[in-house]
Amino acid sequence: MGTTLAPRAPFDRALLLVLPAAAFMLLLFVYPFVYGLILSFEPVQGGWLANYRKFFTTDNLWPTIWTTLRLALPATLINVGFALPIAYKMRVRSRYQRWITTILVVPITLGTVLIAEGMLTYFGPKGWLSQFLQLTHLYDGPIRLTHNYWGVLISLVVSGFPFAFLLILSYITGIDPVLPRAAATLGASPAAQFRHIYLPLLAPGVAMCFCLAFVQAFSVFPSAVLLGAPAGPTRVISIAAYEAAFEQYDYSLASAVAMIMGFVQLLIVAAVLALRNAFYRGPVAGGKG
Amino acid sequence: MSSVAAPLRMRRPLGHSHPGMDRAWRALLWGLMTLFVVNIGLMIAAVATNSFARRWLGTWLPEGWTTTWYTSAWKEFQLGDVLWVTVEVVGAVVLLSLLIGVPAAYTLARRNFVGKRLLTLLFLLPLMVPPITYGIPLATVLYKAQLAGTIWGVILANLIPAAPFVILVMTPFIEQIDPNLESAARVFGATTGRMFRHVLVPLLGPGILAASLLVLVRTIALFELTFLTAGPDSQTLVVALYYAVFAAGVRAPQSVDAMAMIYMVVTLVWLLIALRFVNPTQLVSRVREAPTGAA
Repeated sequence: MGTTLAPRAPFDRALLLVLPAAAFMLLLFVYPFVYGLILSFEPVQGGWLANYRKFFTTDNLWPTIWTTLRLALPATLINVGFALPIAYKMRVRSRYQRWITTILVVPITLGTVLIAEGMLTYFGPKGWLSQFLQLTHLYDGPIRLTHNYWGVLISLVVSGFPFAFLLILSYITGIDPVLPRAAATLGASPAAQFRHIYLPLLAPGVAMCFCLAFVQAFSVFPSAVLLGAPAGPTRVISIAAYEAAFEQYDYSLASAVAMIMGFVQLLIVAAVLALRNAFYRGPVAGGKG
Repeated sequence: MSSVAAPLRMRRPLGHSHPGMDRAWRALLWGLMTLFVVNIGLMIAAVATNSFARRWLGTWLPEGWTTTWYTSAWKEFQLGDVLWVTVEVVGAVVLLSLLIGVPAAYTLARRNFVGKRLLTLLFLLPLMVPPITYGIPLATVLYKAQLAGTIWGVILANLIPAAPFVILVMTPFIEQIDPNLESAARVFGATTGRMFRHVLVPLLGPGILAASLLVLVRTIALFELTFLTAGPDSQTLVVALYYAVFAAGVRAPQSVDAMAMIYMVVTLVWLLIALRFVNPTQLVSRVREAPTGAA
């Protein structure tokens, strides 16, 4: 490639192509982020740690971390946990594969507000579900699935599952079908094929999917307000950040809450990636092979 | 792997699956899928019914039907303006994210250079961090630059997750293309620009289409960033919808439902177009299908 001809290889101009994107990210992602980080250490009053001290000593601020995790972790586990076997089933090309995938993906288009409105109408005290349950006498008590924890959790599953499913499906279909066939020739049962072929190869994809699905659930905002009890059990951390910024106009405190939010998020991502490495170490994940 | 030692055995080999459990597992999966789909279908049906209902209180079906909620929602929420803003924002975001995302994806797919891992991390982080985390400092910065509240502020904010998303989707697509084609173009003296225009862009057509449609659907649905940066004249459909519900009480729920239906139809049309062109299984990673003959 001419590396020996010239004393120094000419500058590869293709590298310039990455510059606009990198500059854009630095300007609009890194700069505001650093700005926010610095701002969070310059509180309206008190020492440089005053915002963080305030967050961890105020009763309606620090519990929001647990409230959010209590919603986001189960929602993500449910979404990824169901998406994996269903996507595994849909990996084989068949007549109905495309139809079922489309139907399962459609809820992406609903949007939080439609889901919220739909759940308030459908699960409401006079809704179809409650009427149906009373008609069939399956369950006679009132159903309480809105304006509480469960309402938000259900809406997170409805909006998050299609995304997790789509992502995992694309990872599963990326696995060479020759591998499980070879295993089958050697006598591996379907369960063993899944356990020893698919699962290790999927580990990086599932970890990625878990992280992306978790971000969505962790930043839950509209559905926590519309379907939950934003003053109490579903007062999630993004509500706290929003209130600090746009109701108290304390941008410094708001930045501090936002930084804490990002920190918790990155802790979870790091934990997931560590788990993935414990699960599978190989060429796909490490790149050393 | 005990099963390796027992090749070509016809009976069911060692493993944990029994025919009965297999069937039960399959039934469970189908049951869950049906439950999910049926309940969501009924949920949408409930909103749709309500948006056409004259009065609907505690009965199976409303007392009468009407389409007035759609016309009143259109006027009340100034949906004409909101839809136009949405089109402008989404169009600009799709175009700009492709313009800066595709070249970056090309370099990341083809070249190795110092700092590549750091750069990859820079492009991955915006997808891994909740939008509110950088949205709030970003809003503060945009207010200082007097861009917040304008349509440009909204476009810039929406580009932050959109551009990395394009890079994430396009990189595997570009890796699939045989580098020999580019070398051939180079041998015949093509510059990088011409090589892009005549070789890469035509080959990347499906990938670019997939990425732009996905960015489109995601941008229509992205709530947080628009919510934090939009002013009264630069609201997109999601944010307008949220304010409509949030400030409900004075408004009939039917007209909010009508608006929600309009939102769903807008997104659904684009998603169905997207699924028409891209097989959902072809995103993110490359597909190896069973051999069809030609190598």
